Amino acid sequence: MIGTAVGHGWGRLYAALMNLPERPMRWAQGHLPDGRLGWLFVGPNLAIFAVFTFLPILIDFYYAGTGGTNLLPTERPWVGTENFSSLLACKDYLDPNSCVRDQFWYAIWNTSEFVVLQVALMLFFSLATALVLNRKILGRGFFRAAFFYPVLLSPVVVALIWKWVLQRDGVLNAAMVGAGMQPVEWLLSARSAFGWTVFVSIWAHMGFYTLILLAGLQAIPADIYEAAAMDAAPPWRVFRRITLPLLMPSVLVVLVLGLIRAVQIFDEVYVLTGGGPGSATTYLVEFIYNTGFSAQVRQYGLAAAASLLLAGVLLVLTLIQLRGMRPTKGDPRG
Amino acid sequence: MLADLPLRITLAAAALAALGGMTSQAEAADIRIACYSDGNECPATKVLAERFMRDNADIHITIDEMPYKQILESVPVQLAAGNGPDIARISDFGQVAPYQLDLTPYLADAAYWQTAYGPVLDWMRTGPDDHGIYGLMTQLTVSAPIVDKTLFDQAGVPIPTKGATWDDWAAAAAKVAKATKTPFGMAWDRSGARFSGPAISEGAKFFYSAGHPPVVDDGFKAMAAKFVKWNQDDTIDKDVWVSTGGGYRDAFEEFANGKIAVYLSGSWQLARLQKQIGDGFDWVVGDAPCGPGGCTGMPGGAGFVAFKGTKSPKEVARFLDYLASEPVYAEWMVMTSNLPANLDLQKKKLDYKLSPAGIAAMNQFQANAATLTPLAYKLQGSPLSRPMFNATVDRISQAITGQITLDQAYERITSDVADAAAAKNKK
Amino acid sequence: MGKLARMLTATRGRGRMDWTDWASYLYLALGTLLMLGPVLWLGLSSLKSPSGLIEFPPTLLPQEQVRVSVPNYPNPLPLYRITRGDHAGQSLAEVRKIGLQATMVDPAAPDTLIRVPVDDRSKVMRFHAAWGNYTDLLQKFDFGRYLWNSVFITTVATLLTLLLNSMAAFALSKYKFAGREPVFLLMLATLMIPPTIILVPNYLIAAVLGLTDNPWGVIWPAVATPTGVFLLRQYMLTLPDDLLEAARMDNASEWRIYWRIVLPLSKPALAVLAIFSVMWRWNEFLWPMVVLGRNEAFTLPLALNSFQGELTTQWNYLLAMTVVTLVPITVIFALLQRHITQGIASAGVK
Repeated sequence: MIGTAVGHGWGRLYAALMNLPERPMRWAQGHLPDGRLGWLFVGPNLAIFAVFTFLPILIDFYYAGTGGTNLLPTERPWVGTENFSSLLACKDYLDPNSCVRDQFWYAIWNTSEFVVLQVALMLFFSLATALVLNRKILGRGFFRAAFFYPVLLSPVVVALIWKWVLQRDGVLNAAMVGAGMQPVEWLLSARSAFGWTVFVSIWAHMGFYTLILLAGLQAIPADIYEAAAMDAAPPWRVFRRITLPLLMPSVLVVLVLGLIRAVQIFDEVYVLTGGGPGSATTYLVEFIYNTGFSAQVRQYGLAAAASLLLAGVLLVLTLIQLRGMRPTKGDPRG
Repeated sequence: MLADLPLRITLAAAALAALGGMTSQAEAADIRIACYSDGNECPATKVLAERFMRDNADIHITIDEMPYKQILESVPVQLAAGNGPDIARISDFGQVAPYQLDLTPYLADAAYWQTAYGPVLDWMRTGPDDHGIYGLMTQLTVSAPIVDKTLFDQAGVPIPTKGATWDDWAAAAAKVAKATKTPFGMAWDRSGARFSGPAISEGAKFFYSAGHPPVVDDGFKAMAAKFVKWNQDDTIDKDVWVSTGGGYRDAFEEFANGKIAVYLSGSWQLARLQKQIGDGFDWVVGDAPCGPGGCTGMPGGAGFVAFKGTKSPKEVARFLDYLASEPVYAEWMVMTSNLPANLDLQKKKLDYKLSPAGIAAMNQFQANAATLTPLAYKLQGSPLSRPMFNATVDRISQAITGQITLDQAYERITSDVADAAAAKNKK
Repeated sequence: MGKLARMLTATRGRGRMDWTDWASYLYLALGTLLMLGPVLWLGLSSLKSPSGLIEFPPTLLPQEQVRVSVPNYPNPLPLYRITRGDHAGQSLAEVRKIGLQATMVDPAAPDTLIRVPVDDRSKVMRFHAAWGNYTDLLQKFDFGRYLWNSVFITTVATLLTLLLNSMAAFALSKYKFAGREPVFLLMLATLMIPPTIILVPNYLIAAVLGLTDNPWGVIWPAVATPTGVFLLRQYMLTLPDDLLEAARMDNASEWRIYWRIVLPLSKPALAVLAIFSVMWRWNEFLWPMVVLGRNEAFTLPLALNSFQGELTTQWNYLLAMTVVTLVPITVIFALLQRHITQGIASAGVK
């Protein structure tokens, strides 16, 4: 009895809510030309974009041209391109030590190395996993889910899991000792810490790209393979001549999404290594965060300038993607 | 319908009255305090605040406890945006200097504050011309070596006494570590302030003229070179300075787990020492190691700073006045096992509720506080001390890992500090 | 039965598993171990007491050293088995340990103290799951509040995301108006913008609007997701226009068309977006860290990170917190796994 009453109540509430925009909508329909209604629907979303995405970018340009330590733009002195010139001032671009902003250049070189290594390895392993999963495998759903699971975890959780494993007294060192080797301070040496950030970030994101590649593989019609089998084509040639070209669109998606994400790496690394040891795992976004938010003297202008430079890099990368996608637009499968 | 009117009006009136009642209650001044604890400072403050609120029903105080790192990182940003707390427990006064409130017009007896808290009031001031009172120090801390006496006893090595140098300490610690198969002889907290005490002892002068940013001089370089060497030959636990998670890191857990013989930290660790080590091993506080510049550690401490954005400056001053009064302050120090920043209380012996070991430690800390050089006080209060400390930590740890050479580290420290000074001075 | 057998043995087509099949299964097995292993290890470790966590090498299952009550001593003492020397084979309780020597006592004869070098002992352990790590969380660390904050933000943000994105997608797919293409491209362009760039200005805007330190500061900036609009628009494009025309001829308002026709038909895409949104909001870290200053407003990842700084070595609590943070997502994943993977696959193909 109460149940139906409550259900009835909810139903009335729901109907009332749903009918709320009815009358204003009819008014709008009566008064606006047909197409303009679109603005009504897209309006709220667009408004939020405007306030929280476009406006900040404009403000960012202003920040990048100002100095001082004040947060409020009205209190910041204009310095023109000084932030940019100080960021880019280097005697030898290959040696961060010769630069005025050496931490920035450490970050750039670290990030570059990270991106190249991480994307290449991730593509390799995602492709390998997708190929394996594409076979007639028992329990494919389970394996697919297992590989995808780390993608769901929060970056803080990911970092803590691996911090726990890689500790001086952690389970990895325990295994080393058990195997007769010496325990290693994994996160204390520069190269090792760097390597682990690559590994952890691949671990945490590989499943996502594996799925994309798997879908791409499964979209290739089976008859093509049957035709190849009839010609007794060796598997390597099948892969190179048939699979890979047909998989290109997916590979490109993985490549560019992966690149964009790799350039912006922050969350896991921040919790796992905090940028250390020294500045071995300080990447660009962490540099920006440190400069603007956690340094003793917060240099918002510098942080804004650095982030605009980062945006420039990303813009270039995304344009490359659009270029790379274009030839496949005519693809019936795309 | 008309008959309903009186009922409706009565109901409306009752509702308004209730609302009115609520609003008048809401007029109690609401004070928010952002607080971090080294030991139990925030809970202790809460106890005192509750007592204060009982006698002052028109003030409502909320204490937000949060990690030290968070206060360091988010409170200044909140203040800049105009929505920070009324009071915050701050250790890095430079960061919040633009937002602090001069309490002098609101205090009941500003002269008392000047006499009782004189030297440390300077730490919150922005320069020699500033005579404002911006807050109350919640303790005076002093850095000192904490020694695992049990390990020294087992190794048969005597603990270095008054007058021993840092070289003596390092040698003794290394010997103890070797004899007892302890992983490391020493560990220093990852903090520029911690480093500065030994640096001053070694002869660093930091300031060459008033207002000039601190510099890297021969004394500083001498200590830095030693420190890097000790890290690299495992006399000192490299993990602490080089370790992941940039920023402040202490080595307390390593010490408590018996992995270190000598731990350079300070008096704020007392509560933790008592609680966590218990009688796991015997520990004592050592005298400050000496050098050409003196036998000094670094003073420090956090203070409750009041901010301009507060809507209740008078009430804030009343609460801080309450805490600053001698009896309440004394009780506060006993509750938190801290050294008082109050000059009058420093001359007295406070009745700390500690074990005999704890009381001995406090006495030793007090003795160490007496050997602090004026330069140490000055450095702690200098507006550029934080950039100096941070640069020291960043660059020296880079030197330890070999990312840069020591000479490059010195250059970088100087340029980092100059950079921070330039940014600060931009108007 | 025959069918089952055939399915079980379906391999590379020869009726037998050849080496590529073995290699595949091995690869998948190792991969699964690598993916799920650390998480399981986390879970197991979270049930250990602090003393159990310091053990090196670590034990697989949560174990704790046995403590015995010995007459004359107020607290239970840890029990050891002596492996060498005069008292080999005995189980003695430790009174205190100083460096390399331990003072021990036989529980049966509590009056005599025995000195034993620490190397000659091994701990007596028993299985013990320290559920206290979890119960303490709720009592000591106000964890319920962080959980609530995360749930609130995630739920409200997801509902708003679904509403606003579907409205925008509806407009962009079913209405012809000048500015339709530019708006869509503009929205897509925002995908290129890394959140760090707009971190500082966004904080400023949030502060001006009074959105700092409250969950709405996390919710509002996050709900207009370009990915969501893109996803829904692609899906809505496939909905036949005549349905809408028919409804219009029946004099239905545009709102009713949106609410009653388009939305229900878009359920699959909405489901995928909902799952994405839950994932994004639950795990979000950088922006909430900047905009939420007050401890009470923290979400789970933030609380986790701040406790990581504080409790650098109270790993037992840290581990338990981490597990609690990842359990909800895990549960959702287990239930909706197929939808999620299909959704991503279809998005990728497009």
